[in-house]
Amino acid sequence: MVSRLKKFYMNDKIIVPVIAVVVSLFIAAIVMLLIGKNPFIAYGALIYGAFGTEGALINNIMKATPLILTGLAVGFGFRAGLFNIGANGQLIIGALLATYVGAHMSTFPFYLSIPLTLAVGMVGGALWAAIAGWLKVARGAHEVITTIMLNYVAVFIANFVVNGPFQAPGGVPKSPEIAYSARFPDLLTTGATWLSAGIFVALAAVAVVYVIIEKTKTGYEVKAVGLNPYAAEYGGISISKNTILAMAISGALAGLAGTMQVMGVYYRYLGSLGGGMGFDGITIALIGQNDPIGIAFAAFLISSIRTGSNQMQIAGVSKNIVIIIQGIIIFLVAANRLVKSLMFWKKGAEEA
Amino acid sequence: MVGEIFPYLFVFERMVFVEKGKKDYSDYAVVMEQIVKKFPGVLANDHVDLFVKRGEIHALVGENGAGKTTLMSQLYGLINPNSGKIYINGVETKIKNPNDAITAKIGMVHQHFMLVDRLSVVENVVLGMEPSRGPFFAIDKARDQIKKLSKRFGLYVEPNAIIEDLPVGSQQRVEIIKVLYRGAEILVLDEPTAVLTPQETEELFKILRTLKSQGKTIIFITHKLHEIMAVTDSVTVMRLGKVTGIVKTSETNSRELARMMVGRDVLLRVEKDKAKVGTEIFKVEDLHVKENRGIEAVKGVNLSVRRGEIVGVAGVAGNGQTELVEAITGLRKVEEGHVIFKKTNITNISPKRRREMGMGHIPEDRLKHGLVTSFPLYYNFILGRHDSPQFCDGSFLKMPEIKRSSEELVKRFDVRPPSIDILGANLSGGNQQKVIIAREFSFNPDFMAVAQPTRGLDIGAIEFIHKTIISMRDKGVGILLVSMELEEIFSLSDRILVMYEGQIMGEVTPDATSTEEIGLMMAGHRLEDLRAQEA
Amino acid sequence: MNAWIQAIINVFINPIFYKSTLNQSTPLIFAALGGVYSETTGVVNIALEGIMLIGAFGGVVGSYFTGNPWYGLAVALLLGVSMAALHAWASIRYSGDQIISGAAIILLAQGITGFSLVELFGKPGSTDLVRSIPLVNLGSFEKTPFFGKIFGSLSPLVYIAFASVIFSWYLIYKTKLGLRMRSVGNNPEAADTLGINVYNIRYFGVLMSGILAACGGAFLSIGELGQFTENMSNGRGFIALAAMIIGNWSPTGAMWAAILFGAASAFNDQLQSQGILHLATNTQYLFGMIPYIITLIVVGGLVGKSRAPSADGIPYIKD
Repeated sequence: MVSRLKKFYMNDKIIVPVIAVVVSLFIAAIVMLLIGKNPFIAYGALIYGAFGTEGALINNIMKATPLILTGLAVGFGFRAGLFNIGANGQLIIGALLATYVGAHMSTFPFYLSIPLTLAVGMVGGALWAAIAGWLKVARGAHEVITTIMLNYVAVFIANFVVNGPFQAPGGVPKSPEIAYSARFPDLLTTGATWLSAGIFVALAAVAVVYVIIEKTKTGYEVKAVGLNPYAAEYGGISISKNTILAMAISGALAGLAGTMQVMGVYYRYLGSLGGGMGFDGITIALIGQNDPIGIAFAAFLISSIRTGSNQMQIAGVSKNIVIIIQGIIIFLVAANRLVKSLMFWKKGAEEA
Repeated sequence: MVGEIFPYLFVFERMVFVEKGKKDYSDYAVVMEQIVKKFPGVLANDHVDLFVKRGEIHALVGENGAGKTTLMSQLYGLINPNSGKIYINGVETKIKNPNDAITAKIGMVHQHFMLVDRLSVVENVVLGMEPSRGPFFAIDKARDQIKKLSKRFGLYVEPNAIIEDLPVGSQQRVEIIKVLYRGAEILVLDEPTAVLTPQETEELFKILRTLKSQGKTIIFITHKLHEIMAVTDSVTVMRLGKVTGIVKTSETNSRELARMMVGRDVLLRVEKDKAKVGTEIFKVEDLHVKENRGIEAVKGVNLSVRRGEIVGVAGVAGNGQTELVEAITGLRKVEEGHVIFKKTNITNISPKRRREMGMGHIPEDRLKHGLVTSFPLYYNFILGRHDSPQFCDGSFLKMPEIKRSSEELVKRFDVRPPSIDILGANLSGGNQQKVIIAREFSFNPDFMAVAQPTRGLDIGAIEFIHKTIISMRDKGVGILLVSMELEEIFSLSDRILVMYEGQIMGEVTPDATSTEEIGLMMAGHRLEDLRAQEA
Repeated sequence: MNAWIQAIINVFINPIFYKSTLNQSTPLIFAALGGVYSETTGVVNIALEGIMLIGAFGGVVGSYFTGNPWYGLAVALLLGVSMAALHAWASIRYSGDQIISGAAIILLAQGITGFSLVELFGKPGSTDLVRSIPLVNLGSFEKTPFFGKIFGSLSPLVYIAFASVIFSWYLIYKTKLGLRMRSVGNNPEAADTLGINVYNIRYFGVLMSGILAACGGAFLSIGELGQFTENMSNGRGFIALAAMIIGNWSPTGAMWAAILFGAASAFNDQLQSQGILHLATNTQYLFGMIPYIITLIVVGGLVGKSRAPSADGIPYIKD
């Protein structure tokens, strides 16, 4: 039992992200000291802000919902050897289309309008991502550049749409609200915060992605293409088909994240709805080591830091420090050899 | 047993001689003394001694994995020994990196050429020791120096040519010039003949003799015994990281060397019955295929394979064999011509359909095409058949069946370690190849394209793989065997085709031809011309 | 339709369009050149975006605290090189994934600039106005018709950008160091066997990319206006990468592609301000996406025709 536990902790997949998180929090603490703030107070505020009250916890879970999905989106892409930096754009397009459809659902019963709105949001994200997949397959364009460009284009499209053809009355840049029948029911309400049923959709997505990756033909093919495209092609697996498919699945998950924001949080499209969730998805996928269950935990970690950072800001530390923390985490995961070399005990284990 | 101990007598003789002179190594260009090099899990060099006299051509022989290249990499400073000493011209010299080696006038021509493809010959030759004019690189000076060297040693190359446009033979000459440009007195050549035709090899030997006559010392790594007899003065034999013999070439013979190399008498030919040839199952007609840069690599090849026979394709690497096999198996587009399998035209159908029709493929590069090295074995065992009804019911994989059949293959093909959960990357080369062969044969193919099945493997694995291929032939599978190893072609094939610059030079049977004849075809002579000359 | 043709003609005969092209191209030229240095030695650098951002911020901070915009440039370079050094450290010394490391640098730059902005200037969004680098006035030349309006008063950084292109071309194609950079980017193993220190050359390439991208960033902030706003690099680092690809990894090619992108966005700006088109306010968003769509099209259309250095993006691991 002890040795099994030891083996579990020695596993690179777990130890590297854990060390990355710890080291980044430590560096952030030093930064706080440098600007004359007490890191214990700041982190105390952060923990209180994330878990201290019922409202905090609800906020935390609400934040985790889309983050689980963008994390899955980026992670699924990584499994197929694709770096989808464009989750933000896919999220925007998904949210925009879901809003449009959702706004026209007032005459539909909830059991039709909810699945329909969800589906449209996913398809929107999938198609947007598939553009990058197609450009890679047909034209050899690297997905990092194309998905980022598509992010910008999505932002401009959304701004155009909510400043004209699909603008709520009143001259504010936001869309009309979606129909009540297309909204997720609230599970809990505390003051001004509520917990929507969206979290169950996100958790279901974790299960579905897990099954796709581990148990299906599609998962097998996508992984083979990601790990060794030459061998995949030799084994009769189409690289083009699977690259576009993987990109589309990844985009569908990102689109679903945007749809969650529309159906459970804002009930409309507005510009700040996506935030930096696509980039957060990268951090989350890397911490979760592209494993769906790991991603769910990592998303909860990041949502906690994000939710708590408001309280921290009140305690005098700018919440931008969270972005620095995430940057350091990604950096350390990229340089995982550096992290491994920090682990002096690892050497003994390898020689044994 | 005698063969095991006997060669060491020579070692002792030399050591005694050396001891008497109080370690006077001044006659020796290179002495490597008691070199030990460990890699994780392997003792690559186990107290190795090497004595190379100044001005001689010294062969370093042994099977793949015997530790020859490791030893030479230490002489060149690419890796550093765990213990042991190196003496250059009698002086103990620390060689920590290639710069130290270059300073000690040691030059190395690597098995895989160390050339920058996109740069010109001049740029490659002077790289790292560029003549300059102020802050600028003086390319004209460099060009003059190269022309001088070419003339002096009879190594002709066009200085302005870009490396990737040159044929292999010329690239090798560039490598030798590169070494000479650095003022090397000691040249190490790592399996220089592997990519050459017998005739090009002869030319290389001429160059080596010229170099020797001008006082250079040459260490020549090889595992081809007749080359040792042809060109070297003395030989050091290695096996499994140890020296098993040090002899003068004039005092030994191929058989003795072979025994020192493998530790027993070598079975030079595989035992096999006469082929029971059936109907024609596979055929290509006037096939044209391009290589990656868009140049035609296969120029109108015709061939056919019948059930129950092995058709060997011989040739020097890079003459279109890779592209031929890739076109046959559907990995590369056919520009012109037809591929016909079981009387169906399959010219441009997907690899997947070809597999479903009963075509197997053992790829030339097992790590690139054959395995997903980060997959566990049970996933690797179904690659190509992962969506067959046996392993998949539409969308979901049948994991219990996948694992069961994998267990069976691991047992039947004696894959070690016998675990289906191990990652492909963690197997030895021989076991990786076993996994591929087990997989391809377990799909019960009717036709199999086999490329370079034993490259880089040890004798034991080679024998196993050869036997498996023969047994499949005897079960009625038609096999197309592409190999750069003439010996393999001779011992397995029922018919032999020779490929040169994308064309078939002729077809012969192993019992009605000679190495010389095949060598000439590999160098671009057509069989009908050769036979006409004879007549 | 006639109004559109007239508007386009108006843009092209206006010297402001050409001046704006130069100004819009300058940061892209710097960053694209940076990409050329890094990738010629074999290190993919998507961190350019982050380095530009931190450079822009550094420029303002230096200028704010010293009152001298040239010190601002120095601070920009220092910060840019530091960020590049981080990327180099992860991807060369620790053979990390260069794209992930680059993404980390981008995020770090956003975090550091956002965080410090609040700490130093007390408010999010943008900094105070600071002194910008003085423009080069050509005196009476400014009165020359047309050309005077284009070249009369430009930032010295514009001239430095073009000078850097020429300098880099000579460095990469005509010097020993350049030959070694190209060899390391194409076949590091071969270079290693000839005693060339692959790591040092790669460090040089990546650090140079830090200097150049930071120059581009500094131009954004203290080149003209003298202010930093959050995320002001706004994807220019990625557009610069596209320019580098279109320019086939050569300094001059990258420059021409950067000018093309600069011209495209200058053209947009000028066209929008053409009164005769009577454009609705939200059309600015449609125009705004054009440079990004062009990048998509060019990257999608041209990649097959340009060839990256063979070892680009592959860590070199010595046994």
